[in-house]
Formats: sequence, C-alpha cells, structure tokens
Amino acid sequence: MAVTIAKEKWTSQVSELVIGTEPNVVKVGGEAALPFLHFEGRIPHRPVVALEVWDMEPEGWPAVLTSAFEGVLNDPVAWAKKCEEYGADLICLSLLSSHPDNKNSSPAECAATAKAVAEAVNRPLIVVGSGVEAKDAEVIEAVGEALSGKNCLLGCAKPENYKTITATCLVHGHSIIASSPLDINLAKQLNILIMEMNLAADRIAIDPLVGALGYGLEYAYSIMERARIGALTGDKMLAMPVICFVGQEVWKTKEAKSTAEEAPEWGDQVRRAILWETLTATSFAQAGGAIMVMRHPESMKQFRAHIAKMMEPNVY
Amino acid sequence: MGLTGLEIFKQLPKTNCKDCGHPTCLAFAMALASGKASLDQCPHVSQAAREALDAASAPPIALVKIGTGSRELQLGNEMVLFRHDKRFEHPTGIAVSVADTEDVAAKVAQINRLVFDRVGQVHNVNLVALQNASGDAAKFAEAAQTAAGVTDFPLILMSEDPAAAEKALAAVAAKKPLVASATAANYEAMTNLAKKYEVPLVVKGSNLNELAELVEKVVALGHRQLILDSGAREANKVLADQTQIRRQALKRFRPFGYPTITYAVNEDPIQAVVDAGLYIAKYAGIVVLPTADPADILPLITLRLNIYTDPQKPIAVESKIYEIGTPGADSPVYVTTNFSLTYFCVAGDVEASRVPGYILPVDTDGISVLTGWAAGKFTPEKITDMLKNSGIADKVQHRKVIIPGGVAVLSGKLQELSGWEVIVGPRESSAIPSFIKQRWSA
Ligand code: B12
Ligand code: SF4
Repeated sequence: MAVTIAKEKWTSQVSELVIGTEPNVVKVGGEAALPFLHFEGRIPHRPVVALEVWDMEPEGWPAVLTSAFEGVLNDPVAWAKKCEEYGADLICLSLLSSHPDNKNSSPAECAATAKAVAEAVNRPLIVVGSGVEAKDAEVIEAVGEALSGKNCLLGCAKPENYKTITATCLVHGHSIIASSPLDINLAKQLNILIMEMNLAADRIAIDPLVGALGYGLEYAYSIMERARIGALTGDKMLAMPVICFVGQEVWKTKEAKSTAEEAPEWGDQVRRAILWETLTATSFAQAGGAIMVMRHPESMKQFRAHIAKMMEPNVY
Repeated sequence: MGLTGLEIFKQLPKTNCKDCGHPTCLAFAMALASGKASLDQCPHVSQAAREALDAASAPPIALVKIGTGSRELQLGNEMVLFRHDKRFEHPTGIAVSVADTEDVAAKVAQINRLVFDRVGQVHNVNLVALQNASGDAAKFAEAAQTAAGVTDFPLILMSEDPAAAEKALAAVAAKKPLVASATAANYEAMTNLAKKYEVPLVVKGSNLNELAELVEKVVALGHRQLILDSGAREANKVLADQTQIRRQALKRFRPFGYPTITYAVNEDPIQAVVDAGLYIAKYAGIVVLPTADPADILPLITLRLNIYTDPQKPIAVESKIYEIGTPGADSPVYVTTNFSLTYFCVAGDVEASRVPGYILPVDTDGISVLTGWAAGKFTPEKITDMLKNSGIADKVQHRKVIIPGGVAVLSGKLQELSGWEVIVGPRESSAIPSFIKQRWSA
C-alpha cells in the first residue's frame, strides 16, 4: 500500500523578527510549519543562540562554566568580546547589578555599560534587566535611549512595566521581550496590551519563562507547541518567535552544578552539564523556540550542530 | 472505539433475537458503541463481521510487549500527536547497544547500573540491544546467552541473518526478546522465526512506502507483534518519518499502527545523545544508542520523564511529616510544597546536610513553591495549619520553622499566625547544607 504523505494545511505563519542593523542582523521566525517539518512548509531561519553576559561578576557558578570565561567575568565588554569570539549569534546583556539586592546600580550606569558593550562587538544585542519590574522599567528606558537606532531586543516586559518598555522601543526603534509565566492566555493578553500601544507584532518576542530539563521543562515545551499551532492556524497574538532563557535555569540545577565527586553515580560533570544545557535548548527548539539564551560556549556549539542537521530539508 | 452505533449495527445479524440480553440488535449496537457491552455477548455474529469490528475497534497503535517479568516493556496504545492533547502513554524504551565482539558481560554490567532515583521514583534504561557485529551465528548466540545471564533487562537481538537470529532465539527465546530486523530480503524467514518463538519483531523498510508494504506482508504471514523501523538514521529524516508514522497511525492507516524503533547512530557521541533526546520527544517507541555513560543517560531519562508526565496531573507527594535521618526534639523543621520535584529537591539536600530533620510539604495540589505562592496555595494560613495539625509540635521542643527563601515575604504573617519563629532559608535548596551548619541551633 503506497503511503500518502500526511501534510497539514496551515493557514498562517510565525512573524519574522529582525534584531540588529546591517550588516550585523539576525532574523528569526517566519516559519510556516511545525519545527523542522520542512515537508510541510517554509522554515526560513534557523533557531539562534545568544550567549549571556552579566554586568557584574556572577557568584556560585560552577567551575565548569566559569572556566570558559576565565579573566573576563568582571568586565562585561571583555566578556561580550569573548562570546563574539566563541561565535554567538547575539549577545544577551543581563543588567543584574541594577537589582536592589545587588549593587542597585543606576539606570545611567546600566546605559553606559550597554553602550560600551554595543560598541565593542559586531553582534546584535539583547538587553534585559534584573527582573525587578519597576527598576527594569527605569533601566531599560535609559538603555533604550543610549542604544537608540540599534534595533536591540529589550526586556523583560511584564504587565507591571510593559508601558515604559514598549514606549522606549517605539521611540528608539527596538523590539520587546514579553514575559508571562507559562500561560498561553497571559502571553496573548500581554501581546495585545503591547500592540495596543502600536508596537508592531513583528517587534515582539514571547518569553514563556521556561524551566530546565527536569525542572518544569515539560510545561514550557507544551506551551511552545500550543503557541506554534496557534500561530499556524491564524492566531496573530501567538504568532511571535519565542525566546528561551535556558542558561539561567540550567546552571542552577544540581545536575549541572554537582561535581563527579559529589554525585559519582551521575558521571563526568562537564559532559553532564553540557548535555543538560544542550538538551534543554534542543528540546525547546523542537517545540518551536527561536532564540536560546545560553551560557556555555560548548553547549552552544552542540546546539548549533544539531540545528544544522535539522535545517537540512526532509521533503518527501 | 471510533465506530458509531449505526456502523456497528450494519455488521450485526439484525434478527433481534435478544440472546445478547438487549431488546434489539440496534440497542446492542448502541451499547457496544458506548463501551457498555462487548461483542462476545452476541453468539450469532459472523466471523467476517467480527474481524471487521475488531479491526475497527482496535487502538490506533497496537500494544506490543517485550521481555518478561518486572522488566517487561510495554509500548504502543498512543492516542495523540501532542502531549497537551491528552498525554503520551508508554515512555520510550531506552536501549543500550552491545556488540557481540566486545566484552558482553562487562558492558551489560555497566548497563545494569543505569538506574537513577528521581522524584522518589526509580528510573532506568529498559533494554540491552545485542548487535551481531561478528557476523558469526555461534558467537551471537553465545553473547545472547551471556547477556541474558547477567541482566533482567529484555534483549533486542540485532541481526538480519535468520540463521544467527535463530541460534540466539534458541538460547534466549524464553525471555521474549525483540528480534531486529525483518527486511525485504529476509522477512519470510524472520517472520516464521518470530511466530515460532512467539517474540516481537522489528520490520525495517528502506523508506516509508517499503515499510508499509513489508508490514502488510508480515501481517499476511500471521504475525502482529511488530515494531516499525523506517530505515532513517539521520536526525532530520527520523523526525519526518516518526511524525508521518504517528500521524498515519492516528488516521488509522493500519500498516503504521505499531510502535517504532529509532537508532541514535550519530558519529559524534554528544550529538548521538542529542538525537536520542529528539527521538524520545518525537514518538519513538524505542531508542537504541551505544553509550552506557551515566552522564549521557541521566539527561535522557530525565527528558523522558518530563515528556511523558501526564500534563493534567503534577506528580505529588503525600502531605505529612517526613523524617530525614533520625531526627529528634532539637532537629530543624523545614516547610515546602508537596510538588514531588520540590519535595525531593529539599529532601535530597537535607539528607546531604547530614543534619537529621523534619520536612513538612504543604498540600499545594502538587505545585512548586513560587507557583504555589502565586496561586494562593502556599500561604501563611496553610503552613500554620500544617504546623498545628501535623503533630510536629509533639516531635520537637523548639518552635522554629525554616521556609524557602523564595517566599521570604510570608515570614511576618506566618510568625503572627503560628506563633513559631520563622527562619528564612536559602532560595535554592542546594544551599541548605551550608545554611544549616551556620544557622541552626534549637
Ligand atoms: C512549571 C511552572 C508552572 C507550572 C506548575 C508546575 C508545578 N507543578 O508546580 C504551571 C504551568 C502550572 C504554572 C502555573 C502558574 N505559574 Co508558574 N512557573 C513554573 C516554573 C517555570 C518552574 C517552577 C518549578 O517547577 N520549579 C522547580 C521547583 C523544584 O522549584 P521550587 O518549588 O521553587 O523549589 C526550589 C526552591 O524554592 C527551594 N525550596 C523549595 N522548598 C524549600 C524549602 C526550604 C526550607 C528551602 C530552604 C528551600 C526550598 O529549593 C527548590 C530547588 O531549588 C516557574 C519559573 C521558573 N523557571 O522557576 C514559574 C513560576 C513559579 N510561576 C509563576 C506564576 C505567576 C504562575 C501562575 C500564577 C501564572 C498563571 N499562569 O496564572 C500559575 C499558577 C498556577 C495555578 N493557579 O495553579 C511565577 C511566580 C512569580 C512569583 N515570584 O510569584 C514564576 C516564578 C514564573 C515567573 N518568573 O513569573 N507554573
Ligand atoms: S444476540 Fe446478536 S443477533 Fe441477537 S439481538 Fe443481540 S445482537 Fe442481535
């Protein structure tokens, strides 16, 4: 019996998001099919990786991770250059020093750091605050202005602070990360609010607040699958590319942090930790994630190798 | 399943003889359609009708069993394309391959150790896939015997040479191994072997069309305990084929109504693990891979647990007092939520601190600390309730309770309601060992 290939007839597609300015631009989204099902529709762009850079020296990172950034962890510019050297598609600058419990650094200080990083690297920039909504609004407002015209991706916007961040993106020509905790309806609502302020749909990335492998991955996985199906069947409020903050979740897990001495039954730490980050990212890519914010250059490399294979057409 | 009462009615004798206990054939058909009756109750139904109805009511993907006893692996009975539609039923069987040219006993011993504790459950690999790398039938049979002697995991006998498969089967058929594979070149001999020894069989095509044809031929020879292999070995093609097979099966294209097997054979050892992860997420009944390194297998087993968790039911633990070590009247008391993952993170870390303690997981309907707090299910009231009614006050002399750092905001209200002194612990339970050493005195 001959097999009639089963193809879904999708009516719509994911919007295309452009980050950065020529000649250093990254494009994501635009898919008219489920992830990597090339036989069903166009998949114009591969998922990309942003390596994370902090504006303060991180504490408690395992040596497996810090050893990749020896000597640069207290200098965001040098750190960003290192990421560029490793071949990151984008740099994700996390302004954690602005957190009141950290250095509580001012919006102006943050803007200066962002500017210095932007000038040092030829990579599009993602810039996010420390997660404290009110402070993030002030910080991102200053950063957006300092990076005016550079078409960055700024965040993370939540219901408490989306107005200021959206306005900043509108005035200074940036795109926005809209964060909502693992809920398809909350994601839609926030997108609607942002679009009501006239920021175009193709300037939004959805952040579903992912969990790491073993720590809630399945929730994010299913939210992404549902969002993609929504996008392909015409739900414009879910048709944005998805950004996944993978590194921050993975590198707090025991599986990534424990040494082989602490957990002998789990095998070599380097291999285990790299696989933890890689598999978290590849699983999200298989569910529809477009931008992976990662920490370790080796995980990035392994993620890329997998994606290169998945981007080879599988037409029948 | 899937058939309407009227469709069933057409196949019945239509004599209304009432022998089935229903007033009419139509009433019986309706009862069948809603699952309230079984076809056996009608003694007059024809053989042809029975077959037609059985086929139509069979699940879209057959249930296939490999092995015997407590390690028996069940595959199939899947009903959906996406886990959010309902849930995935039978977790992918993870098979580690062993060549009959290597030290079989040593590698199998390594495989036996791939057993991990996660959220209070034991998770392990499922199969040993024995490859006839030597091409020698006697050597293969000997390896099968050796493997069967040192492991309870069911075997996959990987040989396309019927003579080698037969010799190995003669040695270990009682353990119900899976035979891989029947191909266009050998399917008659392989099917006869599988029938003779009553074992499941992999049917391997070089593409989807050939696979469908071969399955029909094997079924025509009378064997139905089948596992499908589309022949794809590159990750992008495996994804496409696995998707097609699952979609077609759910549309009741019968040749594809069986579980599948995939092989993670990427030359790069890390990429092989990554590919295996993809196959676990995307419908593979079995994934075969060469590594027995726990650093490779733990992430895959964890991914499988995530993907196959029922989306409607978070795994929860009972809300009661848990004693870690042998705590006494001066031991610390920790509160957390009854989400399994949360509880076992905390339990593992309290254990690692080597300071015996009590853990009180508050019933949050199985959700995590922050989710529970945000959803109003992990509240000062509920914690107070647990402190008062669990009996913990009889077990300890002190009145100090440690709460997760993520919900420090609860402390004032909790202290006021419960009268217990509230100590805010670290955000991550992994910091409990150092925290408790510095901060605890009763
Ligand atoms: C998975 C998840 C869900 C799942 C729930 C899964 C579950 N069974 O819990 C779903 C999708 C259902 C969900 C829903 C919601 N979620 Co939610 N969710 C998450 C997510 C991604 C992971 C949570 C998780 O499983 N963590 C792993 C467990 C092990 O962590 P944990 O319980 O906190 O335990 C750790 C520590 O707290 C500590 N610890 C635990 N106990 C103890 C005890 C002591 C003594 C100590 C010292 C330490 C300690 O150690 C543990 C290991 O480190 C987080 C974001 C994130 N990435 O963390 C958001 C998150 C928790 N969710 C959030 C929210 C707001 C919600 C919703 C209210 C939103 C909505 N959609 O309406 C709903 C509420 C659901 C409801 N009404 O029932 C917010 C909470 C914000 C806040 N700070 O209040 C978060 C933080 C996302 C965010 N950044 O906004 N969520
Ligand atoms: S026993 Fe069969 S033939 Fe008789 S009434 Fe029932 S269904 Fe009809």
